[in-house]
Amino acid sequence: MRYSIWNVLAQGLTGHRGWKPVWRDPAPQADYDIVIVGGGGHGLATAYYLAREFGARRIAVLEKGWLGGGNVGRNTTIIRSNYLLPGNEPFYEFSMKLWEGLEQELNYNAMVSQRGIINLFHTDAQRDAFVRRGNAMILHGADAELLDREGVRRLYPFLDFDNARFPIKGALMQRRGGTARHDAVAWGYARAADALGVDLIQNCEVTGMRIEAGRIRGLETTRGRIGARKVGVAVAGWSSRVMAMAGLRLPIESHVLQAFVTEGLKPFIDGVMTFGAGHFYVSQSDKGGLVFGGDIDGYNSYAQRGNLPVIEDVAEGGMALIPALGRARLLRSWGGVMDMSMDGSPIIDRTPVEGLYLNAGWCYGGFKATPASGFCFAHLIARDAPHPTAAAYRLDRFRRGLMIDEKGQGATPNLH
Amino acid sequence: MSGPFRLPSGGLIDRGRTLRFTFDGRAFAGHPGDTLASALLAGGVRLMGRSFKYHRPRGPLSAGSEEPNALVTLRSGARAEPNTRATVAEIYDGLQATSQNRWPSLRFDLMAVNDLIHPFLAAGFYYKTFMWPARFWERLYEPLIRRAAGLGRLSGEADPDGYDKGFRHCDLLVIGAGPAGLMAALTAGRAGARVILADEDFLPGGRLNAERLEVADMPGADWAAAVVAELAALPNLRLMPRTTVIGAFDHGIYGAVERVADHLPEPPPGRPRQVLWRIYARRAVLAAGATERPIAFPGNDRPGVMLAGAMRAYANRWAVAAGRRVALFVNNEDGLRTAADLAERGVEVVAVIDARPEGARLPGLRHLRGAEVVATAGRLGLRSVTLRHSDGRRETIAADALGVSGGWNPNLQLTVHHRGRPRWDEAIAAFVPGPGGPPGLAAAGAAAGLMSTHGALASGRARALEALADLGIAARAADLPRAEDAPVSLRPVWHVAGARGRAWIDQQNDVTVKDIALAHAENFTGAEHLKRYTTLGMATDQGRTGNVIGLAVMAGLTGRSIAETGTTAARPPYTPVAIGALAGRSRGKAFRPVRLTPSHRWAEEQGAVFVEAGLWLRTQYIPRPGETHWRQSVDREVLATRASVGICDVSTLGKIDIQGADAGAFLDRVYANTFSTLPVGRCRYGIMLREDGIVFDDGTTARLAEDEWVMTTTTANAVAVFRHLEFCRQCLWPALDVQLISTTEAWAQYSVAGPNARRLLERIVDQDISDAAFPYMAAGRVTVCGGLRARLFRISFSGELAYEIAVPARYGDGLIRALVEAGRDFDAVVYGTEALGVLRVEKGHVAGGELNGQMTALNMGLGRMVSRKKDAIGVVLSGREGLTDPGGHRLVGVRPVDPSAGLTAGSHLLEPGAAKVAENDLGWLTSKVYSPHLGHDIALAYLRGGEARIGSRMRAVNLLAGTETEVEITSPHFIDPQGERLRG
Repeated sequence: MRYSIWNVLAQGLTGHRGWKPVWRDPAPQADYDIVIVGGGGHGLATAYYLAREFGARRIAVLEKGWLGGGNVGRNTTIIRSNYLLPGNEPFYEFSMKLWEGLEQELNYNAMVSQRGIINLFHTDAQRDAFVRRGNAMILHGADAELLDREGVRRLYPFLDFDNARFPIKGALMQRRGGTARHDAVAWGYARAADALGVDLIQNCEVTGMRIEAGRIRGLETTRGRIGARKVGVAVAGWSSRVMAMAGLRLPIESHVLQAFVTEGLKPFIDGVMTFGAGHFYVSQSDKGGLVFGGDIDGYNSYAQRGNLPVIEDVAEGGMALIPALGRARLLRSWGGVMDMSMDGSPIIDRTPVEGLYLNAGWCYGGFKATPASGFCFAHLIARDAPHPTAAAYRLDRFRRGLMIDEKGQGATPNLH
Repeated sequence: MSGPFRLPSGGLIDRGRTLRFTFDGRAFAGHPGDTLASALLAGGVRLMGRSFKYHRPRGPLSAGSEEPNALVTLRSGARAEPNTRATVAEIYDGLQATSQNRWPSLRFDLMAVNDLIHPFLAAGFYYKTFMWPARFWERLYEPLIRRAAGLGRLSGEADPDGYDKGFRHCDLLVIGAGPAGLMAALTAGRAGARVILADEDFLPGGRLNAERLEVADMPGADWAAAVVAELAALPNLRLMPRTTVIGAFDHGIYGAVERVADHLPEPPPGRPRQVLWRIYARRAVLAAGATERPIAFPGNDRPGVMLAGAMRAYANRWAVAAGRRVALFVNNEDGLRTAADLAERGVEVVAVIDARPEGARLPGLRHLRGAEVVATAGRLGLRSVTLRHSDGRRETIAADALGVSGGWNPNLQLTVHHRGRPRWDEAIAAFVPGPGGPPGLAAAGAAAGLMSTHGALASGRARALEALADLGIAARAADLPRAEDAPVSLRPVWHVAGARGRAWIDQQNDVTVKDIALAHAENFTGAEHLKRYTTLGMATDQGRTGNVIGLAVMAGLTGRSIAETGTTAARPPYTPVAIGALAGRSRGKAFRPVRLTPSHRWAEEQGAVFVEAGLWLRTQYIPRPGETHWRQSVDREVLATRASVGICDVSTLGKIDIQGADAGAFLDRVYANTFSTLPVGRCRYGIMLREDGIVFDDGTTARLAEDEWVMTTTTANAVAVFRHLEFCRQCLWPALDVQLISTTEAWAQYSVAGPNARRLLERIVDQDISDAAFPYMAAGRVTVCGGLRARLFRISFSGELAYEIAVPARYGDGLIRALVEAGRDFDAVVYGTEALGVLRVEKGHVAGGELNGQMTALNMGLGRMVSRKKDAIGVVLSGREGLTDPGGHRLVGVRPVDPSAGLTAGSHLLEPGAAKVAENDLGWLTSKVYSPHLGHDIALAYLRGGEARIGSRMRAVNLLAGTETEVEITSPHFIDPQGERLRG
């Protein structure tokens, strides 16, 4: 059913008895043309674009838990396209353009909100690097502005301008950056995919892959054997484990990233900001919670929980930037498993197994990529050729020396 | 007496002292021992807050940290503390509390219009509308939503209070000082184990303080006080009241926040407001008790409706009657205690509405079996309760307070912090700790689902004995004091069926039974979907009173069991924690340590301007009288250095002493170029690659003796390089005879550069340093100033005849003064990082902007340094096709065609006439300086096909500023390309 203000009003007057399930709960069929493993943001978006843009049919999404239960349900909700390198920026700008029309397309309010993101700089060298990046963004068709100290102060007068260990000198701003309601992104894609006939199958964990003569034939799951001509894997956090079922080792390490939210507060921070002299980023949700995060915990782990040192480090960054935060209370922390790749950039590519495709390695930047990742992965699966904006996300780029290393940290996954 | 609802006697309050405070400007009084909620209730105030969405009037639901409703802003100004639970805030003389999320006043809140239009604001309504037109979201809809959302307000001012952190260690951490915790602590404390007993309350004793139950034939509170007194005398036991254990982390580490001064007007001088403790516990007993849950029925959210156990606590602990005419609505035996206790204290109990049809009736009270509450009335506070008798008959009873008990949920949150899953216990109709809890943590008492006092005492003792046995600590089982062991006798009633009107489940977030039904209809039926769609359990109380009810209602709708419906995961912290406490002292200037160079004091005396370089503060430039612009100072420093001599503190460069027979071989493996062939007494410039073939760092390394080397790194990478070398030494090549030590802090090192550098140094250095005796790239030990040991390196970053002289750091201040003195005749200057940057860009040396972790030696024009005669880290991978593109980026120089035109670092390079799009982007300016020597801006740049473009004209485009400059591509060596000066 179509959502609209009229529908909300009519249902309000009639006791909300007319709302329909946002998705079906179908039993898995014996086989599909395309099976997407992973009912997170990327998997759901992939299924939607396969059906919507590429005319694919007989599609299923297999989710071991609940739809949207991956990192799409566990992130700091930031959307932006403020990347530097030519392998990245066109892709993220494509994603931003998809965000900008997403809600109308999906008929679902995912609260895509372009309230602006600023990256603060504290040294001349950081400024120079941001000038380079801002110019790269504009050359790629994105928007960027350089704010001086007073420009930052006008936006956020409560930052520590006077007593800071590392003085704020200015910021790179992308006004089109902002946030989106993360769960609603997953639900919006799920609802739209379901409406196009995609089977969304929850509580269905893949336990094995049927590969014959180098070609994928189907999957073993906790809900039985499911045949498939093509399989796309989008299971960030668990990519290495799932692809091990196909005998593949990935250039990925699994790390824990924590994120945090405070109690609800009246509007305090309008947009998104990142601290340049520590690792801290923050925005405020429409509900009023300050949503923030920092570095990954730093050790390899599949445990979806973190530890105190990083909690403290993040809080220190917050207090250094915003001394008024001291009396805001941390309400909840959570930890998710990140696919940390060798150059900090993702992988959307074919694999050595024919018919098996991989979408992985998003480090902790996957949320903003959700629409483009789904679109480009769908393009790859449907046409067996990479989408132009994602052409650099190849598995063989490490062998060929074509790394996309935004931070310049090299093959040290926990530093990206 | 402090208020009309204060009972004439009893309570654990100090009636001898009166404390005065205000709420929304109105004056009230209370006593030591009161919370803000108890004192306000005593004063006749039931209305303390407004709900999040519908702005419903609300009073306290609880008497503890689970409170969803009675949230206030405590204190004012920079100390304003939003969303503070009135139920746990201790009052002090002069306390100011303000209600929040209302306008213009708590009693008359215009935002309560939301309550009138509630049919249109059901769960998730916002996902279905506000989409047209698209641009209205940011401009209209969202600003309105954001303004309405949130509860309290941050002051925006810097938090004036201090916070601290500390570490504590123990054999046994006991979390909670109720009967289970006290018994566990007593058992372990008497056995001599190191025990920490932490409790979130300011008064240890837990529920014993809220009950009239007897333990060991005395009032429970007295028994608790006696045990606490014994524990306090034990040297091996640390009692930590006002301390909430917020999380169970890995390796037996628990986070705990001690509220040191929250019960005072402000922290005493020198004392923190709160302390974050990291408690390293070998074993832990979770004795955090249980939280009572309400029952969902229409109008169950009015001020005056509260948990029966809370009502009992207010009467027994704080001597406060929740009302004049009190009704109760219960489904279990414990709720009846409230009726008995209130009656005993002379409070009129008008009805006990008991959902259980069978069983004895309370004597002397109107105990209605098989009855349920179906409605309530009262706008700003409860006036009446409508019940439905077992025969279906309805009756309305005047009542100003209604105590509700739907059973108790164990406070098991810490047991799921490691992602363990709780187990459903049908007997008490609640989740209890399941498998997969943190290793070493065991639950006791009500937290483990044992709801009687006896059960708590016995399990507290048992868990402690098990932990002690585990640790090999001999212990004797203390006698169990006599205590009640009554059964729970509960009939699950989650919500009253067949009653019209909204029944609240999550009171703060205004989630009602109807919202759960809507989530069910729309197929958001799993625990996580239910939570995220309806916001059930996402409020400041994290659903401690509402979650299980919501899950149970959903289970009823789906036909699944509650166990199958599952729960959402509890995550740290157990209760919200001030971010200030998590940050501790690391804020403001103390956010990170400050590292000062050996010449800092001298430079300060000269009026130097300093700049942050990582953790270091370095001299940026030193203005002289009359200089009004930084450029004047920097130009002077640069020109004077090139004309005569300049001195610069370069102590911040990383310095690593490398010794051992295999040190040369080691260096050959970590540097791309060869070092093992370097003669003793010489140094060499080296580049170090990362494993992936990208340049990691550069610097010079000198050979001081056959097996003794000293490496210098860049300031930025000092730590990273040392870590890398240690990794190589310990993990990759443990067989090599090589030792490393970082000596960055051990040596003060100064660059002395310029045509008169040698003449200056000859006045300091005791040995012959003529060009013959100490040629270019010589290195060695010397003495200075008549015998002080020093190291001298003839190396140059500026392109001038230059040396670096190092002395032990404690002589650094003396040496800078000696150098300046010795340079007086040469008009020597001391230059800072700005001039250093100008000198190196003029010479074309790579540094920060070029060493960005993305470029190869080939890109930097240093490709020939990568030796093919040996293998080294990164050499093989630097040969990959993507890194050897002949048309790839190369380091070049850039100068404006019009010398008066400025350049901007970060500008991109385009061909003349090319459109400003990414396809035409050929490179960018990495570093830019004004060269006083040349009289115009110069820059280094990475440019595609750079060498072939030298001499050509391009555009440096800065789209951020909307500027572009015509430039000429040049060699990166603007000064002395042949290197004649440095060999002079």
